[in-house]
Amino acid sequence: MGVQNYFYFSDMFLIAWIRTLGRYWLMLSRTFRKPENWNEYKKSFFRDLDHLGADSLGIVAVISIFVGAVVTIQTNYNLQDPLIPDYYVALAVRESIILEFSPTIVSLILAGKVGSNIASTLGSMRVSEQIDALEVMGVNPYAYLIMPKVVALVLFNPILIIISMFLGVIGGYLAAYFGIFSTQDFVTGLQLEFNAYYVSYALIKTVVFAFLITSISAFYGFFVKGGAIEVGVNATKAVVSSSVAIIVANYVLTQILLV
Amino acid sequence: MIEVRDIRKRFGDTEVLKGISTSFRQGVTSLIIGQSGAGKTVFLKSLVGLHGIDQGEIFYDDRQLGKMNEDEQKALRTEMGMVFQGNALFDSLNIEENVIFALNMFSDMSAAEKKERADFCLERVNLKGVNHRKPAELSGGMKKRVAIARAIALNPKYLFCDEPNSGLDPRTAILIDNLLKEITDEFNITTVINTHDMNSVVEIGEHIIFIKDGAKAWEGGGDEILHTDNKAVTDFVFSSELFRKIREKS
Repeated sequence: MGVQNYFYFSDMFLIAWIRTLGRYWLMLSRTFRKPENWNEYKKSFFRDLDHLGADSLGIVAVISIFVGAVVTIQTNYNLQDPLIPDYYVALAVRESIILEFSPTIVSLILAGKVGSNIASTLGSMRVSEQIDALEVMGVNPYAYLIMPKVVALVLFNPILIIISMFLGVIGGYLAAYFGIFSTQDFVTGLQLEFNAYYVSYALIKTVVFAFLITSISAFYGFFVKGGAIEVGVNATKAVVSSSVAIIVANYVLTQILLV
Repeated sequence: MIEVRDIRKRFGDTEVLKGISTSFRQGVTSLIIGQSGAGKTVFLKSLVGLHGIDQGEIFYDDRQLGKMNEDEQKALRTEMGMVFQGNALFDSLNIEENVIFALNMFSDMSAAEKKERADFCLERVNLKGVNHRKPAELSGGMKKRVAIARAIALNPKYLFCDEPNSGLDPRTAILIDNLLKEITDEFNITTVINTHDMNSVVEIGEHIIFIKDGAKAWEGGGDEILHTDNKAVTDFVFSSELFRKIREKS
């Protein structure tokens, strides 16, 4: 009986998961369609670029500077060895920031900020029948509401991440300047064995993460059923699911692109 | 004209629409009445294609709703206007942008022409000087009028209203009812209104369909409903003290 129950519940879980995945793909297939009017979509795109992209600059800047500084202090603390030159600390900091912190951790932070924004906005539009209103007018609500968000973040996220890398390194430099070791060593370490492919790898990850954040959050917002409580519940699900998707995609992309 | 043939709709184990057939004529204000939960909103949303139907046929002037390709459906949708129960105005846009939203999407009008059209529609619903305000800054009655202005912006052939006067005071509710009737007559629109408000029935009902438990229980003219013997209808119509007194006096 116990084994039967186990298989019953695992089957149910699997079916629910496949169904959700199917609905997600259906949503994507309806999203990337020809716009009814390019100008209106362009307006929507710039609005989303401002809301989702430019508005995130502040938080990304603050986090990047401080995490860059902390990574430098911790790396320096862990590499206290007379045989290891100080400039290796800067090299380690640079690689940590470019390979992992900026693309992955900043994307996780954006999954919280942008993801909850998208899911709650679309969810509120759903429960207040604004999405139905678009549909009755003959506007494809999937394309009009989701596509500009996806495109805006996919284009703007790499810019954010490049800024984050730059500010992360500045944060590290400031930590060095305020007494850990010589800034001369820090600059030397930054230039040591620089591999430009790492930046490309980070930007590829960033684009994929931006797509996952926007599309998954849009999925949870677009199909809300109920009222304000469900909007909140789905916004939370959006953040959790897009964060998990980022972590899994990070592993897969690292296997494909680096190994 | 809209013709509905034996439509059925089921949500899980519950049959919400049980084979409704009727037709809605051009230039006539048709009212769908019934208690809350009778299936009025599902019927209206099925009519405009927001809910798919499990069985039956819906024709818009000989064009069958379920048999159209995507482009034909979009073309039909541009002939529809809908006023939602909660107005469904776009929060991020101001009033003028709300009204010309469909024009921006589907028309080749210049900015000046669109502005002129927005002013005309807003004036038609007796709203002036609100063009640049946001929906959140307006009262319930004003929002409803903006929703009507938006619904008529594209000169629709078909106008659908879901509980257009719910949540409004009696005086504003009558104003909205009369406005819908005037617009229907003036632009010769096929208008279908969902309501459970008997005042609306008396005020503007020309063609009335009474829905009970998902099925059509009665259909007739506005003047017939007060004199019918149909028990389901009389129980609904004369549930209020006011209407019982009117019946006694007449």
